[in-house]
Amino acid sequence: MTNLLEKFRPLEEKRAALVASSGEDPFHVIVEKVISSTEAVVNGRKVIMVGTNNYLGLTFDPGCVEAACKAVREEGTGTTGSRMANGSYAAHVALESELAAFFNCPAAIVFSTGYIANLGVLSTLTGSGDVILMDADCHASIYDGTRLGAAQVIRFRHNDPADLEKRLQRLGEQSGRTLVVVEGIYSMLGDRAPLREIVDIKHRYGASLLVDEAHSLGVLGEHGRGLAEETGVEGEVDFITGTFSKSLGSIGGFCVSRWPELEHMRYAMRPYTFTASSSPSLIASTSKALQLLSRGVELRTKLWDNATRLYQGLAEMGFDLGPQISPVIAVKLPASVVNTPTLLWGELLSRGVYVNLVLPPAAPGGCSMLRCSLSAAHSPEQIDVVLNAFSAVSAKLQLEHHS
Amino acid sequence: MHSREEILDQLYELIGPHSEQPIVLSEQTRMMDDVGLDSMKVMELVMQIEDSFDVSVPLNILPDVNTIGEFASHLETLLQDADS
Repeated sequence: MTNLLEKFRPLEEKRAALVASSGEDPFHVIVEKVISSTEAVVNGRKVIMVGTNNYLGLTFDPGCVEAACKAVREEGTGTTGSRMANGSYAAHVALESELAAFFNCPAAIVFSTGYIANLGVLSTLTGSGDVILMDADCHASIYDGTRLGAAQVIRFRHNDPADLEKRLQRLGEQSGRTLVVVEGIYSMLGDRAPLREIVDIKHRYGASLLVDEAHSLGVLGEHGRGLAEETGVEGEVDFITGTFSKSLGSIGGFCVSRWPELEHMRYAMRPYTFTASSSPSLIASTSKALQLLSRGVELRTKLWDNATRLYQGLAEMGFDLGPQISPVIAVKLPASVVNTPTLLWGELLSRGVYVNLVLPPAAPGGCSMLRCSLSAAHSPEQIDVVLNAFSAVSAKLQLEHHS
Repeated sequence: MHSREEILDQLYELIGPHSEQPIVLSEQTRMMDDVGLDSMKVMELVMQIEDSFDVSVPLNILPDVNTIGEFASHLETLLQDADS
């Protein structure tokens, strides 16, 4: 007799095979002790963390830590409910004003996570008769947001403006009721959306545009406002979503818009209404981190120096990388690899380097990847340790290639 | 106007190369269980079908589509709506 849990058996078999082949479960790594924003203890060994999206390294910034401690002492550990029911704390509202001012927008809404921000905005902004036209490589939160709403969902080929235009054209008059969705930096390959071309196309067809700046906030643009700032199209992007859990070093999400009507959506978004609001300590450290991010030119310079050092080093070793230098560096593994991707990932871990293992179908194009993300807090010496570990992986792969 | 037969023939042509093993495709062929497509590949296939028929195919139909015949029925409706 089968039961509800039967369907998880294939998943468990796959997991068990993965663990048997490498002695590790790469998707259930336990961080035994956090040492700093770039180091931790895993399997009893000190490792350099190169897969945390902690782009500006602010998780241990003394000002952010102090702000969080002060808030938890003064306002408690949690809000114990939603903003609609329990009320917004003054700090929630203040952070919304700070975000609106930072982005030069009339409206901002703070959510409990970045995932929830996309769920709320995508499911509520569009409805029956509307269309969401999304880049095929968009994050799962965008896919899930479309499933929670009633709009028709169509994908266009990744970073291909001509493909986007073809699909908008095909929609005819419906193009005016279409929300185009792209990301500033794509989380797996680290490449950026061709935003200038996409903005031009959305104007031609009267569509609206949402850019998810989750991985580009604090990373791109002179003030860290993301790809829209870097491209010089901020006034032409209709909605920006993002997260506090990467460059801002806490947990939470947001949406800002050049349209003041965003404020009305607050009352209609189920993922905003029916979940607990962010705890005071998270809001406090985020607010402090946003100040540091906005004047973080030095942090961004260090981050990009680190990204360039690692990308160029890996390129020299002959690895197949994502198309652009970026704080997200995808090391694509050849499909024929006999040393399984999990073993290569374990090899890096045993040499004191933690990266993200990405297996199909999570990586675009069905390949396996070792995904690195850099931080401004990494030292050049740490990057060199990472490069040495990858050179051992490279040697294994070449040995295989010549055997 | 596409006849149902034309739609099916075009679908067989588009889906055939995705099959991991040689398989005779019919209206009853299940796209995931028989052809072996996973959810990502089905979404890639939708883009190919959109371009081949020059019609928008919302992903929203996918939960209701199991067989090639069911996909053809949805396409018939979408093509009719696009013509009207």
